[in-house]
Amino acid sequence: MTTSDEKPVMIEFRDVHKYYGDYHALRGINGTIKAGEFFSLLGPSGCGKTTLLRTIAGFEDLSSGVVMIDGKSMQDVPANVRPTNMVFQSYAIFPHMSVAENVGFGLRRDPRSKAEKAAAVEEALEMVGLKGYGNRAAHALSGGQRQRVALARALILKPKVLLLDEPLSALDKKMREHMQVELIRLQRQVGITFVLVTHDQEEALVMSDRIAVMFEGEIAQLADPETLYRRPNSKKVADFIGTMNFVPAEILSDESGKIEVEAKGLGRVTLDASQAPPARGEAPVIGLRPETLTLLYPGQVPNDQVVDGVIDEVIYFGDMTYYDVYLGGTDVEVRLSMRNVPGRPIMDVGSKVQVAWSPEALVLFR
Amino acid sequence: MKKGLGLRSYTIFYLIVLYAPIIILPMFAFNNATTVAFPLQGFTTQWFSEMLANTNLRKALVNSLIVSLSSATLATVLGILAARSAVRYSWPGKGLVMGSIMVPLVLPEMIVAMSLLVLLLAMGIKLSLFTIILGHVLMCMPFAVAILTSAFQTLDKSLEEAALDLGENAWSTFRLIVLPLVMPGIMASFLITFTISIDEFIIANFLGGGEPVLSVFIFTAFRFPATVPPVLALGTMLVAFSIILLTIAEYFRRRGVAKAGGKDSGGFL
Amino acid sequence: MANTPTAETRAGWSLVSVPAVYVLLMLAAPLLLVFGLSFVGLQGGAKVALPLQEGQDLQFTLSNYAKLFCLSASESCSSTDVRMAQATTTAMLRSLFVAALVTLTTVVLAYPVAYYVSFHVAPSKKALWLFLITIPFWTSYVIRVALWRTILGYDGAVDATLGAVGIIDQPLNLLQYGTASIIITLSHAYAPFAVLPIFVSLEKVDHSLLEAGQDLGESRWTTFLRVTLPLSMAGVVAAVLIVFIPTVGDYVTPELIGGGKVPMIANFIETQMWKLRNQSMGAALAVSSMLIVGILALIFVLANRRFLGVRK
Repeated sequence: MTTSDEKPVMIEFRDVHKYYGDYHALRGINGTIKAGEFFSLLGPSGCGKTTLLRTIAGFEDLSSGVVMIDGKSMQDVPANVRPTNMVFQSYAIFPHMSVAENVGFGLRRDPRSKAEKAAAVEEALEMVGLKGYGNRAAHALSGGQRQRVALARALILKPKVLLLDEPLSALDKKMREHMQVELIRLQRQVGITFVLVTHDQEEALVMSDRIAVMFEGEIAQLADPETLYRRPNSKKVADFIGTMNFVPAEILSDESGKIEVEAKGLGRVTLDASQAPPARGEAPVIGLRPETLTLLYPGQVPNDQVVDGVIDEVIYFGDMTYYDVYLGGTDVEVRLSMRNVPGRPIMDVGSKVQVAWSPEALVLFR
Repeated sequence: MKKGLGLRSYTIFYLIVLYAPIIILPMFAFNNATTVAFPLQGFTTQWFSEMLANTNLRKALVNSLIVSLSSATLATVLGILAARSAVRYSWPGKGLVMGSIMVPLVLPEMIVAMSLLVLLLAMGIKLSLFTIILGHVLMCMPFAVAILTSAFQTLDKSLEEAALDLGENAWSTFRLIVLPLVMPGIMASFLITFTISIDEFIIANFLGGGEPVLSVFIFTAFRFPATVPPVLALGTMLVAFSIILLTIAEYFRRRGVAKAGGKDSGGFL
Repeated sequence: MANTPTAETRAGWSLVSVPAVYVLLMLAAPLLLVFGLSFVGLQGGAKVALPLQEGQDLQFTLSNYAKLFCLSASESCSSTDVRMAQATTTAMLRSLFVAALVTLTTVVLAYPVAYYVSFHVAPSKKALWLFLITIPFWTSYVIRVALWRTILGYDGAVDATLGAVGIIDQPLNLLQYGTASIIITLSHAYAPFAVLPIFVSLEKVDHSLLEAGQDLGESRWTTFLRVTLPLSMAGVVAAVLIVFIPTVGDYVTPELIGGGKVPMIANFIETQMWKLRNQSMGAALAVSSMLIVGILALIFVLANRRFLGVRK
């Protein structure tokens, strides 16, 4: 992942609102997408992510606010003259045209000669791994191939921004993982800004330089994947990205950058202020990721804090095993994940175990 | 499949009865006898040549073609506007407007014909081929709208957005994407409405002001036994023509479905 | 979605405006005019023949409707009126009777066909079967009806054939049984109309429901009665309406098959409107028959409304 602090701004949202009748679909979107960035809009269905993407493309009129692309306001700029191109969720391959006609569709008004255009089409097809497919009928392609055609068709116009609306959702798991890597490679190769809409948090984490997590028409958090995962700014974001355990806590003191809390089942712990996102006035809870907790096997020496526990449930995943464990004789249950490696037998339900944890991995939501 | 054997036999029998008149028609059209009766007397093309020599008939044919071509064109154009509007945009009053367009489908034709007649008379408009066309467009429009609505529905909206996104404007998008993809539906609509118009009798009879058209010619001829055999010849040609047109229309409709990548789910209605 | 609601509405309306105005001018206006005409008359009870002559003033009157009820002679009803009213009533009743029988015949005969195509034909072949069923409907109605005349009529195919073979020595002339011939012909002509709606409703029946029915111990036949038939009633109701309404108003068949001797209501409307140029009388006839058919259709739909709610 590249750092994007010093890159120039490509897209800027200024207090974007969108109403459908009475329904408030976008509720004051602010934020920037940098040039050359792989940016994702992540959220559950109905959160407004696709609507926001479509405001960039020019398919949605704003109710208020401005979308800027490359420093220019896009107000009253129709979709066909914006410097953006889109890969549609359905791919929108023109069924009555060949692959080459589809890819070359946007070159119709291009003043170049026929031969030059044909060469450009062939080059675009090669870029997406479809060299020699030009004469095929579009409707005879597989899902993955359609997607590549859609990509080539959008990229051939060398847009400043490529918009991708859930492009991988129609593919099976294997193909999806393959295309994720392909898209990252492609983005590095062409160097233009990619804006991806997805509801799949794993996909967003894998592919993006930065991610905007959206709920109910608002951006809940805009950050790089690591920050989003390690330091989610709210319980809701934490819950949406990966798995997180929540443990009720009580704040004992909060001064000079140190916060002392009493976490149920874990005991007293001192946190750094950076581990606590801004307060929201909610009941304080401590968040811990399953992989930051470890089961201690006999003979292992802990280099961290340790707490006693009882295994309540064992969920076997092949490479991993998930354990649901009651902590320190309380009713607080956390899930932890252990990699299955040789010499590490699967523990039984009811076993008394020791759980190692580290205070640095905790997040405090309050 | 075995369970359906009884049903299958019944259905085939049903189809045979359904087709009986159409099958009998050419038999007698080529039959060498002035009366329509079995057993057949022998093969002749006399009735066809007699029919082709009839100047009234030729006049009626030309008139019918004028009426049907105009009606089919107008109904299809109006149908495109209505279907496109209904499928692509949401607007208040859609149910009412689209419902009204479909009303002639469930109104006895005599009522439609007589109401129009009254209006035309009240306004002092002279009855002519043009007034037949006015009525036929009304009768044909529901069929055009039904066919075209399903044609426009198979069109993925993101195809249009993709074309806009790739630099085309609204009109060139319509020309390059929408029109080619709904063309099979447009052809089907044209052919079907043409068939309806050329076969239609009541409006043609009462709104035509005495201008001869084929359906009226046939209706009149069937009332006199002497003119029946040549009319059977004419009927044979018309039925054959209709079936060819319908087959072409069905072909276009299916190609449209295949083109849009959809699955075929049924017939025209 | 591409526009604000008002822009979208404007785009939709502007596209649909031409066909909408056409229907307004060519259908709504004429129907309203007929409605209005049925309530007017000229001074002295002269008939209203459009276009009106110089100096003719229309007046509001209910006499057109009143004449339809002149079932016995009285002060306001001349003997001509009575004969007219009686003949009209007979024709209306005949139309309803014919239409009811035709509807019953077509729907009962069409149901197994629709059932066969929906449940026993491979999905890829369904379109072909439907196409075969619909073709006759698209070929000239007049020709199809007229052919029955040549088949059933005096010296027609049936008589001539039977005569030639020596089975009969007198022509049967099946056409003289006017109403029966009309019913046969109309049932044949409207057959595909009944198949299609029933087919569509059967297609919507979830086949797992049928398996569920049998799973719950129903036989094939009781499953049909308790599950399939009620679920397809929406299609049956549609088929009934789509056959009944046009057959009540059929004109060609009574003319060609019945030889004009067993007129139905449409022939009466035509006579008043066209032959006699008594257009306000014709209008009253048209309005009352539409009203009768409309009420019957409404009663029928209401009686079946519990089936219509199931549709999804």
